[in-house]
Amino acid sequence: MTAPAFDPSSWSCPLPLRDISTIVMGHGGGGRLSGELIEHLFVPAFAGVDSILAQLGDGAVLDVGGVRLALSTDSFVVRPRFFPGGNIGELAVNGTVNDVAMTGAIPLFLSAAFVLEEGMAIDELGVIAQSMGEAARVAGVQIVTGDTKVVDSGHGDGAYITTAGVGLMRPGIDLGPHRVTPGDVVIVSGPIGLHGIAVLSVREGFEFGVEVRSDTAALNGLVAAMLDGGADVHMLRDPTRGGLAATLNEIAMASGTGVRIVERDVPVPDAVASACSMLGLDPLQVANEGRVVAFVGRGDAQRVLEVLRGHPLGGEAAIIGEVVAEHPGVVVARTGIGGTRVIDLPMSEQLPRIC
Amino acid sequence: MKYLDEFSDPVLAARILDDIASRVTKPWSIMEICGGQTHTIIRHGIDQLLPGNVTLIHGPGCPVCVTPLEIIDRALIIAARPEVIFCTFGDMARVPGSRTDLLQVKAAGGDVRLVYSPLDAVRLAQQHPDRQVVFFAIGFETTAPANAMTVRLARQLGLSNFSLLVSHVLVPPAMTAILESPSCRVQGFLAAGHVCTVMGTKQYEPLVHRYRVPIVVTGFEPLDVLEGIRRTLFQLEDGRFELENAYPRAVTSEGNAVAQTVINEVFKVCDRQWRGIGLIPQSGWRLSAAYADFDAEERFDVRGVVAQESANCRSGDVLQGAITPPECPAFGQECTPRRPLGAPMVSSEGACAAYYQFRRIDIAAPTRRGSAPVS
Repeated sequence: MTAPAFDPSSWSCPLPLRDISTIVMGHGGGGRLSGELIEHLFVPAFAGVDSILAQLGDGAVLDVGGVRLALSTDSFVVRPRFFPGGNIGELAVNGTVNDVAMTGAIPLFLSAAFVLEEGMAIDELGVIAQSMGEAARVAGVQIVTGDTKVVDSGHGDGAYITTAGVGLMRPGIDLGPHRVTPGDVVIVSGPIGLHGIAVLSVREGFEFGVEVRSDTAALNGLVAAMLDGGADVHMLRDPTRGGLAATLNEIAMASGTGVRIVERDVPVPDAVASACSMLGLDPLQVANEGRVVAFVGRGDAQRVLEVLRGHPLGGEAAIIGEVVAEHPGVVVARTGIGGTRVIDLPMSEQLPRIC
Repeated sequence: MKYLDEFSDPVLAARILDDIASRVTKPWSIMEICGGQTHTIIRHGIDQLLPGNVTLIHGPGCPVCVTPLEIIDRALIIAARPEVIFCTFGDMARVPGSRTDLLQVKAAGGDVRLVYSPLDAVRLAQQHPDRQVVFFAIGFETTAPANAMTVRLARQLGLSNFSLLVSHVLVPPAMTAILESPSCRVQGFLAAGHVCTVMGTKQYEPLVHRYRVPIVVTGFEPLDVLEGIRRTLFQLEDGRFELENAYPRAVTSEGNAVAQTVINEVFKVCDRQWRGIGLIPQSGWRLSAAYADFDAEERFDVRGVVAQESANCRSGDVLQGAITPPECPAFGQECTPRRPLGAPMVSSEGACAAYYQFRRIDIAAPTRRGSAPVS
């Protein structure tokens, strides 16, 4: 049976996107709006609901002639391009390395595509390229192909970078929401919220008394430490845009389980807590670029925690919660004073509150 | 961490909760006025830790929620103009007007900027002398001093391309309106601490005596809110009605005299529409005659723009505590956080949005005090 021909004139925007007829910033925020765009627009256009794409992982795991490969891609549009703790180039390498690593694969090769705006200083591009090279060396991956385009002045924001990454799946490793089951323990590899607050502080000119530095880092070494020891790891995800809240919600929904966390056990640095308190943001929704959330079989939780804590990037790893059979698809937190609250999937990007 | 950890200490919280549980003998309904307090209550699950017969009614003190539809429509018209840079606090950007919101105006090409201080808008006006910079000055008495200072600064700087779209609202007239309502269920109030920082506590004395209602000035951290609730409940149990200040580290009887002087110079009291409630006489501030040339409504001739709120939305009853959100026929049907009809579904701390979120899972029952699961 052949697929019916696509008729653009009869195509109409699928619900529930119908009520927003243009792209808004929230469609790129990693929250509910991003999810709707992917689910209702991209998945039907590119593939079916049974496709690899529809699994909606950060990276796809592919069987290529009996070899299992992981493939992932990510675009970077951060403003400003330089921030405490890193720059857009490092981020572009680490982000894609991490997405590949979260599938359980060993990241090997990257591509890098640049959209540059007319008038950008070549010196600055040089610094960004150098950092990308250095980040790739640190992560043990090679940048093997790329592309450069230039757009008219005013039609870009200096530099946008898109990277794609390929990795080789570890034999016998199968990670994903289908493996998440009640009883699993949820571990985060370190303090949260640093990247989002670091970028915000320089973008908006805030000073919080201490410099907050981005946590951007390649996590493939940390993942290797967990997986190569044979620990019973069920799922890994790096909580980038939308923060821990988005990641936990996505996993709860995809796995059909409930997630319960203890808010006091989530490592939030003082500077992040006070910045969030001042601006009316929720640290759980602030972006990270060098953290991993691991869903681990209960019997191996302590062991994974120790492995993480023994690694330079996981010194402050902590058990923050567990997977439960109740309230499937919903994340609930026990609050500091002993109450409970639902941790919702952020609608779009966080907006500072007036009060 | 200093000033954060101390005020969310679980041991002290448990002590206050025990105190409350041992004293409460009857059902009581308390309204927390301020959206910031509602946020703390929801964020920390305080409502679920109280005895089952204590009901918290979320008041109309979320400035985002109560800003009237027609002001938002006026903002949208101004923001869409090509010469305008429209500056707003972030959470106002998502609030729907009759047809769209500021984020969609931005997506359609409008120059909408999210700012953190009205002074950011003044700076933009200096940087862009060829553009008209408009600041969306909403909020209660708390945000008014900074907005008033901004207008004064703009005048000193001789900025002719800066104006304010003002929709300031005042707490005491809203409390009066609630207390006058025949369906009023509120028996005690947590007054908004930050409003009192500016205005002092003395303007609440007449309310306490006229309506024989306890009013406790309350802060915003979890222990502040619990202490405010404790003191209000104790008054109710004792049959007392007094004005108490449970937020003395920030609030005095007289308030901030300097701030009040600037406010009185720049603003004058006016009637104001409240979203979901309607017109409350003498419940807002607009720019005084001396500063009328900074009034964006005049400058862009939008005062004639009027809007009709949805007839199906009963947010006025919700805001006054007459019904709970699920009792509204539109709740969860045509009205959701994604497409809110009324104010309390708009902001994440609005009463309807809070109910909508929590309704997804029945966590209220098992986490009531005494049967809370140990994690």
